[in-house]
Amino acid sequence: MDFCIGIRGNDFVLLCEDMNAAQSIMLHKQDHEKMLDLNDHLLMTRTGNLGDGVQCAEFLQKNIQLYQIRNGYEMRSSAAAHYIRKYLADTLRSREPLEVNLLLGAYDVISNTPQLYYMDYLGSMATAPFCAHGYGAMFATSILDMYYHPGISVDEAIGILNKCIKELKKRLIINFSKFNVKVVDKDGIHKLPTISVEDGIHTH
Amino acid sequence: MSRRYDSRTTMFSPEGRLYQVEYAMEAIGNAGTCLGILASDGIVLACEKRITNKLLDEIFETEKLYRLSADMVCSVAGITSDANILVNELRHIAQRYQLQYQEPMPCEQLVSQLCDIKQTYTQFGGKRPFGVSLLYAGWDPHYGLQLYQSDPSGNFSGWKATCIGANNAQAMSTLESEFKEGITLEDAVPLAIKIMHKIMDQNKLTAEKLELATVTRSDDKTKMTIIPREKLEKLISEREKLAAAEKQK
Repeated sequence: MDFCIGIRGNDFVLLCEDMNAAQSIMLHKQDHEKMLDLNDHLLMTRTGNLGDGVQCAEFLQKNIQLYQIRNGYEMRSSAAAHYIRKYLADTLRSREPLEVNLLLGAYDVISNTPQLYYMDYLGSMATAPFCAHGYGAMFATSILDMYYHPGISVDEAIGILNKCIKELKKRLIINFSKFNVKVVDKDGIHKLPTISVEDGIHTH
Repeated sequence: MSRRYDSRTTMFSPEGRLYQVEYAMEAIGNAGTCLGILASDGIVLACEKRITNKLLDEIFETEKLYRLSADMVCSVAGITSDANILVNELRHIAQRYQLQYQEPMPCEQLVSQLCDIKQTYTQFGGKRPFGVSLLYAGWDPHYGLQLYQSDPSGNFSGWKATCIGANNAQAMSTLESEFKEGITLEDAVPLAIKIMHKIMDQNKLTAEKLELATVTRSDDKTKMTIIPREKLEKLISEREKLAAAEKQK
């Protein structure tokens, strides 16, 4: 029932998620942040089971931090992505599999490139210029197909994001009231203004 | 089970020493020398071969140099059979890292993880430590070209130039005076030959008794080159000429 979207530009990756915390028909809260900073240049958002999501994200965050403390340098973004993917793949056939789909936005400081990774609960992984999880992904991907172009700026990406949210409000049966937006670039992770559907969605 | 064996291998002496570890280092002090120099554009590893019977069949290209991964190589001094176990373990560690992170293992992490294993043999189990010291030469994107040394205690450190095995103290003192910051591979290789020639003075240095490899970086790839015998012979004879000329002065 949740939704997340990622857009990659030339020097940044933008991640957006809905802020609903719901289980079945019960909506617990509408200002819940799921996105987590794994390290200074790694941002992760998720859809799926709420509990699994927290366990998975916090476990990965702590291990990635431990690597940094042990070795004196950050885990590189591609190394982190593969590490996370393998973690999902290993738990798939061991104890209770984790029901989480992930989007990982990363900035590799050594090669100075942004990367966006799409992972699902079966442990498959792909890089993409834009991608989304959840029912909302079906609508968002079409909009992105139309409006995305390489070398997009942050403002343009937010514009497309607003278009997606407008479409979701119109055509998706699920009600989202607020969206959490963060961007990762060479200077780290920055929180952008929350998009609130009631206040009106501004499309450029 | 271990109570039936002498567990004193892992206990302190009254003076606070670990005798077994020291005895292991004694064993290495009698083994073939290994020398490493970190130049600005490469690393040179020079090793003294001890097994030079002409009846030996050449199954492996090198006696003392081993490739650990795409970006790391090591040379060993000490008990060969112990060394084989450690090299095998190093290769496993490197590949396990690569499987998990899909990137080559950074040098220091590989050395550190093996040293943690070596350390357990000085603290648990009643087993003896490994009678091997290793020199590691490698590259990673974090710190570039690096040279490390580890010993039976499980200690390791990074070096600009170092030596293990027989006559290593003599080699180290020569290195301390002759090593210059920013030395290039072009000068480091003859320097390595010079030092090997000096410490193997009694047993004459020949190309048969020497194994020399360079680790360099080009085209985004790490290259390990084993210097062929003809080139070694040429380098040794050049050194001998220079040594004779210096004697006459």
